Amino acid sequence: MKLVLDVNGQRHEVDASPMARLLDVLREQVRLTGTKEGCGEGECGACSVLIDGRPVNSCLVAAGQAQGCQIRTVEDLAQGDALTDIQHALVELGGTQCGICTPGIAVTATAVLEEEPAPSRERIRALLAGNLCRCTGYQRIVDAIERVVEERRARS
Amino acid sequence: MSHAASAVGSSLPRVDGAAKVTGAALYVDDLSPPGVLYGRTVRSPYPHATLKGITRDPSFDWEGVTVVTAEDVPGENVIALILDDQPALVPIGGTIRHPTEAVALVCAETKERAEAARRAITLEVEELPGVFSIEDSLAGETLLHGDDNVFKRYEIHQGDVEQALAECDHVIEGVYTTGAQEQMYIEPQGMLAEWHDAETCQITGSLQCPYYVHKALVRLLGLPAEQVIITQAVTGGGFGGKEEYPSMIAAHAALLARRAGRPVKLVYERDEDVAATTKRHPARTKHRLGFNRDGALVAADVDVVIDGGAYATLSQVVLSRAVLHAAGPYRIPHVRIVGRAVATNHPPHGAYRGFGAPQTTFPYERQVQKACALLGRDPFELRRQNMFVLGDTTATGQTLKDSVGSAEVLDAVEARLKLPAPGRTATGEVKRGRGLAFFFHGSGFTGSGEAHLKGRATVAATPEGRFEVRSSSTDIGQGATTIFVQIAASGLGVDPAQVSVAVPSTDNVPDSGPTVASRTCMVVGHVVESAARKLRKQLEAWGQAQGLDLSDLGAVARAHHAQVGEAAATSVYAPPPGIVWDDQTYRGDAYPCYGWAACVVDVAVDVDTYEVTVERCIHAIDVGKAIHPTIVEGQIEGGTLQALGWALWESVAYERGRVLNTRMTNCIIPTSIEAPEIEALIVEVPYPHGPHGAKGVGEIPMDGPAAAVANALEAALGVPLDEVPLLPETLERALRGEAS
Repeated sequence: MKLVLDVNGQRHEVDASPMARLLDVLREQVRLTGTKEGCGEGECGACSVLIDGRPVNSCLVAAGQAQGCQIRTVEDLAQGDALTDIQHALVELGGTQCGICTPGIAVTATAVLEEEPAPSRERIRALLAGNLCRCTGYQRIVDAIERVVEERRARS
Repeated sequence: MSHAASAVGSSLPRVDGAAKVTGAALYVDDLSPPGVLYGRTVRSPYPHATLKGITRDPSFDWEGVTVVTAEDVPGENVIALILDDQPALVPIGGTIRHPTEAVALVCAETKERAEAARRAITLEVEELPGVFSIEDSLAGETLLHGDDNVFKRYEIHQGDVEQALAECDHVIEGVYTTGAQEQMYIEPQGMLAEWHDAETCQITGSLQCPYYVHKALVRLLGLPAEQVIITQAVTGGGFGGKEEYPSMIAAHAALLARRAGRPVKLVYERDEDVAATTKRHPARTKHRLGFNRDGALVAADVDVVIDGGAYATLSQVVLSRAVLHAAGPYRIPHVRIVGRAVATNHPPHGAYRGFGAPQTTFPYERQVQKACALLGRDPFELRRQNMFVLGDTTATGQTLKDSVGSAEVLDAVEARLKLPAPGRTATGEVKRGRGLAFFFHGSGFTGSGEAHLKGRATVAATPEGRFEVRSSSTDIGQGATTIFVQIAASGLGVDPAQVSVAVPSTDNVPDSGPTVASRTCMVVGHVVESAARKLRKQLEAWGQAQGLDLSDLGAVARAHHAQVGEAAATSVYAPPPGIVWDDQTYRGDAYPCYGWAACVVDVAVDVDTYEVTVERCIHAIDVGKAIHPTIVEGQIEGGTLQALGWALWESVAYERGRVLNTRMTNCIIPTSIEAPEIEALIVEVPYPHGPHGAKGVGEIPMDGPAAAVANALEAALGVPLDEVPLLPETLERALRGEAS
């Protein structure tokens, strides 16, 4: 059936079952492949997207449920070549290696810092616990988010 | 030049960083050429059986479904590697040797149709008795390979072990077991196959070693080499797991696409990936360590057996590295090492970061710690007393001529311990302990491997006056592309921004050898540096003859392209002089050089739940020279957490050859909460034959932390802990005094 989705501020009409995974609809029909699949069961967070500003695992969301919501994917973070401060810090401090978890981490970090602008280092670890990374040991991901927190605090 | 000086040793933003943080990087599952079909694999549920028939459910609608079996293999039905004993698909009448072994393939318009078709195929078999442990394999009641189930045996002998053990003051005996480990790269394996004009097979996918896949597919498809093209897609982690198995998936995708006449994508689901692809070899090691009252180690008697699984695959190479590291980084005059890789009905075990060395490092560093405890010696001091230093000779008779950072890594860790811990403190009632491990890891291929391989790389000038590195070494996240840019820029004397790295594709890059064995920076990086220097000389000589300004090499390259054509230089790896190795006797220079490492772990064990918190983890590694310090620290940190995972949390459960925990929910890896603050310390004792002094760093962080964890837990709990993983239930059992 026809579903109407608001993705990154654009209206998309797609032909899909309302029970189709939002992940598949985004990747295969909206053709936004920045959202990745790592496990298909909500463990790894590689498929994180924002629904009305909140991070969710898009592999666990039925596309029909996302109708009427604002869906935001990794493709909407950077504006052209201008990376967000989080993306920039992830690159500069070594928070991305193989990169398959990185879109999910960038999306999740974007949302959690909106909600909680000044988390401690230990709190950053807790907030990112739903996004698995096998390459970095998380050290430089946490470094990157911590630096963004400090930079934003210095600017405000 | 100033460019050259700044390129190496600085942490420029990694060249693939922006594409990865924006989601623009294209992994295999992101590629969907027009008309692509989706493949699935029909696998055996049986561990050991004769295949009698393959039945398609007549009530299923087979319209639009392509089915492939062994009969559809145009060339040899084998995944060529070392012994060539593994078929791509088990033929009717053939033997199924492990659960998940591939028997047939299907593809269809949608994933759902392909999955339904897979379920509509059943196998008729006659089951055979299975072998599911190292002990049963050695007992030999059921024979899977030869007359003793042993795929490969290696021995290393030095001195007279029996006499030395009889004469020394103390002998400690132990039996150590280490478990399988799943690589758990976050991107599951996958391949896309397309045929051009039904003649040329193009494979694009997630892989470490394009030429391994090429070798396998040329044989399987019976095609000339140039009609098989293997291209790497952006690859979401490998850790060894994408060293050999990609050949199998590529074979399957190629067969399906050939039969269907359309592109086919074969991307594994997570549970399929965990169930079917290779993991770290489980191992059992018996170790006798002899030493004197003064702390001098005098004898080591090591018997290591690894579970190779159902086919030989890479087990003999893993075993080689296991035995070559089994005596540790210590001066021990009398050594006997016997290693065996045995057959079972498990899915084949394979490459995983460390490649046999973690399995033998755990036993020797437990043994050395027990010697410290028995003698009441400081763990650092006893290791310093016995460690290799420059000029010492190893158990294979190799004299260590270059780059021995043994004292430096121990000093670095000990100095760091004087600084306050950055990590957390566990709450509740806990017992605490500290453990040290000290170890080494050979960089590059074993023995004569590099000399046989003759890895090549090319640096070429583009029409735009830029420079391109062409090599088959893949970036699987470890940063190969970025360090090649740095090394080539330095060799050319240009800004790193003028250099890029070609996508590894067998029609465009020479064979640099596989992306394994901590060899990419040291060996292939050295070749890239040589090619870059050669190209620079070539262009400068030509530019000078033309009267051009040589300070802008890009402009010279542009002019060359316009007037003469592409300028390119290729170099071939030549091992440094004086490397001698005898494959028959296993004597000589086992590796061109070694990395050295020391790791300290502080643990806190909850006395009620036996949950372990790693409160501190310091890991110092001698890498020769850090081409890109951030990337090197990233390798140390990531490798360390995989090692802590293997030690404490990661368990693979088998039942009659089948992996029971095939999901991320139950085959767990550490999250950012379990991960400690990892204090990665770079130590640089340059290796004169590596690029700018660099050695390898990829694998060594994996080797030692498990022993440091066990040593720390023994200090905390007062009981010996001689197995990996050390799950809470393992600790509880050990405290009750029960053997595992």
